Amino acid sequence: MLTAVISGFIFALLIPIILGRLKSISTLWVALLPLTLFIYFLSKIPEILAGNPIKTSYQWVPSLGINLDFYLDGLSLLFVLLISGVGTLVFVYTSAYLKGHHYLDRFYAYLSLFMASMLGLVLSDNIYTLFLFWELTSISSFFLIGFNNDKEDSRKSALTALAITGFGGLFLLAAMVGLGQITDAYQISAMAPMADAIKDHSLYGWVLFFLFIAAFTKSAQFPFHFWLPGAMKAPTPVSTYLHSATMVKAGVYLLARFTPVLGNHEWWNGTLIIVGALTMVYAAIHALFRIDLKGILAYSTISALGILVFLIGLGSPDALLAASIFILVHALYKATLFLVTGIIDHETGTRDVTQLGGLNKVMLPVGIAAMLAAISNAGIPPSFGFVGKDLIYEATLGMGDLAWLLTCLAILTNVALLVAGFVAGIKPFLGKLPEKFKNVHLPAPSMYVPPLILAGLGILFGLFPGVLEGGLIKPAVSSLTGARPDFHLQLWHGFNLIFLLSLITIGSGTILYFLLKPSESLLKKVTAFDRFSPQSLIMGISRGFALAGKGWTGFFQNGYLRYYLITILGFLSLLLAYRLFIGVDLLINTDVMTEVTFYEAVVLLVMAVAILFTVFSKSRLAAVASLGVVGYSFCLIFLFYSAPDLAMTQFSIDTLTVILFVLVLYNLPKYLKLSDTRVRIRDGLLSLIFGALISILALEVMSESLSKETTEYYAENAYLLGKGKNVVNVILVDFRGFDTMVEITVLAIAAIGVFGLLKLHLRSTEKE
Amino acid sequence: MELLLVIIIGLLYAAGIYMMLRRSLVKLIIGLILLGNGANLLIFLLGKIVKGEPPIIGPNEKMLGEIYADPVPQALILTAIVISFGLQAFAIILIKRAYKVVKTDDLDEMYATDEDL
Repeated sequence: MLTAVISGFIFALLIPIILGRLKSISTLWVALLPLTLFIYFLSKIPEILAGNPIKTSYQWVPSLGINLDFYLDGLSLLFVLLISGVGTLVFVYTSAYLKGHHYLDRFYAYLSLFMASMLGLVLSDNIYTLFLFWELTSISSFFLIGFNNDKEDSRKSALTALAITGFGGLFLLAAMVGLGQITDAYQISAMAPMADAIKDHSLYGWVLFFLFIAAFTKSAQFPFHFWLPGAMKAPTPVSTYLHSATMVKAGVYLLARFTPVLGNHEWWNGTLIIVGALTMVYAAIHALFRIDLKGILAYSTISALGILVFLIGLGSPDALLAASIFILVHALYKATLFLVTGIIDHETGTRDVTQLGGLNKVMLPVGIAAMLAAISNAGIPPSFGFVGKDLIYEATLGMGDLAWLLTCLAILTNVALLVAGFVAGIKPFLGKLPEKFKNVHLPAPSMYVPPLILAGLGILFGLFPGVLEGGLIKPAVSSLTGARPDFHLQLWHGFNLIFLLSLITIGSGTILYFLLKPSESLLKKVTAFDRFSPQSLIMGISRGFALAGKGWTGFFQNGYLRYYLITILGFLSLLLAYRLFIGVDLLINTDVMTEVTFYEAVVLLVMAVAILFTVFSKSRLAAVASLGVVGYSFCLIFLFYSAPDLAMTQFSIDTLTVILFVLVLYNLPKYLKLSDTRVRIRDGLLSLIFGALISILALEVMSESLSKETTEYYAENAYLLGKGKNVVNVILVDFRGFDTMVEITVLAIAAIGVFGLLKLHLRSTEKE
Repeated sequence: MELLLVIIIGLLYAAGIYMMLRRSLVKLIIGLILLGNGANLLIFLLGKIVKGEPPIIGPNEKMLGEIYADPVPQALILTAIVISFGLQAFAIILIKRAYKVVKTDDLDEMYATDEDL
């Protein structure tokens, strides 16, 4: 199974290289990879059916519990078949849709990267690899949405999608860490037996919250739904594959996967029912007013995801069965409609439903596919959608007190979805063919065969639901409920309440379809409410963040050295002042200090005056001269206090510095006073405070006892080991000889720099 | 004496920082030199100052006597003085050079890289 997952990643690496070499050949063969995977997973059905989930494990980071554990049970099987099956058709479709596109190789690379990540996600048993693959799907989705990276819209939508799903990814990590904390296990399959203990744990609420945010962002649930319509900027194969059939269902998968572990708790059921119901109704109504085909499909996809979350929230075996069926139903008809939309867009150049019509006359096979999909979407018998819709009503009706409310919400959603499906699948193909589309022709078979296959399956499964029941649906439901399912799928249940509800849905939907004419003016009225939508709210928040970040950075990183210094020193002063304020009692013991002699006092006085003169002098020459005086006073202090080497060094260095300064001075501008009094007072205060704090600190340190170990070592060994009598010199050239060598190197580099700066002639451009 | 030196250290720090907060490049360098001197003196002082006993081993002895000035801070300061000279020399020449090119030593006017000039 590792090979199956890894192959996509390897393929993604290789394909740009291979396609770069084979520019002229049709890229149809690329679809062989998903096809192989599809067949491989099909071959696993008998094993799963026998009730033996396949488990494999590869050690990766065992010490952290991160291992490549893969687990193929009924639920995973449903998803991997969807991923590889729809994947095959999308790969085929792409070979014609993007034929000759400059970056086709890149596109295939992203697509197989996505496929591999998605397979990894639904096969992962380890909570950390689950997170890893989850993030990889977000990232590949980002690349695919932004595939047309020369368009600003695409880039923006890609970023929005990445921000929302990436944000959710962090919450997933938090949820997984929480689960790991509670159970001390890293395998999801090992957690199900601990379900009761988990629900009693104090972290349960947090884990639920994090998990829900992750699932809701990925599966575009209210209020995070808005990234999905934006994601429709991606090329149509991507919308088909990622944003209707597979990736957006990852959130649903996550919820389904954790149903046996975390489900069946009032928080779990309540939240999912409310959020799911809200999303499905909100998005279905939105879908009615769109005129862009992809917009309609995007909102109806959000609504369908809402239905799935809602069903998982209901949590009864009926509801979980309905959810498993609806995942498949939806993938089949929605992928078809997306592929058809792609064909319409490709051939006519527009996706505006108000302009389209009568395309049956020029592309009948496409029309057939679209209409079959619309029928399945509407739940008209004998389609698979009819089976799915029946099960949804059965699930809502079985909910006791709330049954009628929930059923009404489901009917409302289904009516709106039916209309949206008709608008997208039937309206463009019936009626009068506009003059300008007379020359439109049927695309290559590799474009219209995939939607035909998908739509055909949608009818076939409806006619013979038994085909799926044993092989796919029963294992999926049993991995959700943990019990052996006991049901029998069939198209015809007889005349009962559920059938009546279906009839009501179809009837009122059809009437609404004829009454409601989507138009631009209507869309405008609806979009007027966008100001109150979660999208503008969240976008507003993110803009606020960006502005705050900009303000913050602009305030601290303003590019002025002195403000950096003020910030650093001001903060340091506060810190020091606080520390000195709370925990220090100054002990100034004058007894241990050395006496002040007259000439020392004079030197210090001279030094103080020279410092002040340096600061306040109006002439640069005077300032530099008094700087020299400060330096010479230093020499004297070093001399008084037993440091002849330092005195000599200071003397020569100081002389050199002053000479250098004076040499350079004469061609500098006048010594300007650039700041006003207020600024100078502010700076003066800060400097004085800092200086005072340093003084206090020095006093404080002096009262501490000193460890003289190092000093004693040098004092004893300077002559014995270093054969020198001047200890300072011995330290520098012998004990720390290498340091000194490096120091000399530094000086040499500085000398080269100085020489270079002096000798280098200005280029004419620099002279101005 | 230590008390007076402590005051001088504070003064050097204050003067150095004040000069570094000015807009002129020359003042910035002067501030840097003053600050460096202050730091040197601080190290010197914290190693305990001793009068008239340089860390030099007498002609007939093999190690330092009972009382001697601490050679370790001295070695440190010596290194610091020399290194800071390297820095100062380079900075001073850099000011000269920068002034030749952009005709200013006001830091606020040096806001762009040379491409934008």
